[in-house]
Amino acid sequence: MDVLACIKRVPDTGAKIVLTEDKQEIDTSSLGFTMSPHEECAIEEAIQQVEAHGGSTHVLTLGPEAAAEQLRTGLAMQIDDATLLETDGDEWSPRATAQAISTEIQSMDTAFDLLLFGNESADMANYQVGTRVAAELGVPCVTGIKSLDIEDGTAIAKREIAGGEEVYEVDLPAVITVKEGINEPRYASMRAKMQARNQEITHRSPDASVGAGSFEKLRLETPPEDTSDAEVLGEGSDAVPAILEVLEDGVEVL
Amino acid sequence: MILGFVEHDGGEPLESSLEMLTLARELAEAGDGALEVTTIDPEASLAEDELGAYGVDRVHRVTHADLDRFAPDAWAASIVQLTREFEPRGVLVPGTDRGQDVLARVGVKLELPMAANCIAVEPGDSWEVTRHRWGGSLIEHAQLEAPTKLLSVAPHELPIDAPGEAGGVAVNEFEPTLEEPDTLVKVDHVEESDVEGVPLGEARVVVGGGRGVGGPDGYDQLEELADLLGGAVGASRAAVNEGWRPHDDQIGLTGAKISPDIYIACGISGAVQHMVGCKGADTILAINTDAEAAIMQKGDYAVIGDLHEVVPVLNDAIRDRQ
Repeated sequence: MDVLACIKRVPDTGAKIVLTEDKQEIDTSSLGFTMSPHEECAIEEAIQQVEAHGGSTHVLTLGPEAAAEQLRTGLAMQIDDATLLETDGDEWSPRATAQAISTEIQSMDTAFDLLLFGNESADMANYQVGTRVAAELGVPCVTGIKSLDIEDGTAIAKREIAGGEEVYEVDLPAVITVKEGINEPRYASMRAKMQARNQEITHRSPDASVGAGSFEKLRLETPPEDTSDAEVLGEGSDAVPAILEVLEDGVEVL
Repeated sequence: MILGFVEHDGGEPLESSLEMLTLARELAEAGDGALEVTTIDPEASLAEDELGAYGVDRVHRVTHADLDRFAPDAWAASIVQLTREFEPRGVLVPGTDRGQDVLARVGVKLELPMAANCIAVEPGDSWEVTRHRWGGSLIEHAQLEAPTKLLSVAPHELPIDAPGEAGGVAVNEFEPTLEEPDTLVKVDHVEESDVEGVPLGEARVVVGGGRGVGGPDGYDQLEELADLLGGAVGASRAAVNEGWRPHDDQIGLTGAKISPDIYIACGISGAVQHMVGCKGADTILAINTDAEAAIMQKGDYAVIGDLHEVVPVLNDAIRDRQ
């Protein structure tokens, strides 16, 4: 079974998001980068499925040259091959991203059985790239999955709902978008990280033209901060009577 | 005309759908005034007339033998066929798991862009949409141009308003044409959770524990507090990554979004990624040894102290009252 995990490089934001002066992006001058948490799980899932069923694992991203760092994280976790669809660093719309990824997948030598995405990216959260890729490839797509088993070419995928899980069964090849919690991503060893540094990454120049209409960012804004300080009820267990008052009279849960 | 997609549970519209109608009604009033909705409702369980209170003029009740269980492509095909027939200027769905999933497929079939998690719209020829990034800790203003604008509406952001009166709602029974690929992805069956207690997303009281809890055993006191208040226990991502709690308990950007009457956050610092999961709480009470922790500022009430000291005394005091 050949499995592809698609990931995205995103800033590792701290307690507060700061924007650049032109309000077009997050000021990342003092930030590190990571990949969206859902996608770290997509990588882990690719590795676990191939450990169980045999085959190959591949990781792909669309982003600036620096996104090679996140691909190398995947390689260090023991993904076999990596592809970077290299952009000039500008944001791509979800439609253009999906089309570039689909075009690349169709041109690759490997015909993937399982294509894993994060349910939504941590930063833009457009909730659609995996779905659009599946449509371009003409394969079924199940979203928001937190448990996945492959049996005889069929994916048995579970999605959380209120009070339980709904179970889907779809034949491979298929696109599955996953959520954090589906597994526990492994930590790469220092030795694996060193080796991943020298591993070759396939670079491509993506190209995409999309259909009618457009969806374009104008500017970003940080939401107004709640500047009102919390009311301090007290220190230590001396505060307990005040807490009881809040529970009883304030929110009436006692 | 604006077309809204109303999700319901056995005929009861979900709150997120009623919130969506607040924005849909605003957009309808800015246009020709017509607000119509569609529901997948083969059992005809929804009382359409009730939606008149929210300004709805007509309900397209979708029925089909293959719509007995959730099938996202079939739901999307139904919305697409309605859109082709009635040509709404905009299609709005609630930003739930199902809403996002189905609208993305509508976007695919109509070859149109989709704007997810919107909170406001400036209508015109093109629409300027205000939407959430980073779970709402960053706001994007974007321009959406399309013959039919596809929007999902961020949950827990807009008020539910019923300015009108029930009644006067026309019903159009609509049977979509579904083909085999539309039902390839369909819920096969549902496994009910064997976890006892109140689900995190629905709890009126949530007691959260973070790194300050110190280990898995420290949650016993938090469990007890949650039990006494009829609530549920949650955790920060830091605590889940430590392996102290299962991921299902995680509150935040990549975990549960809660909306209780009160969130009691114990030993949690209040990182952006955590706060976007609990901003739906009416009241936040933080217990933390660090008076400077972000959550002590962002919350409504703060107790400066060690949760291991405060929570047991609080539990005893509540027990004394009951």
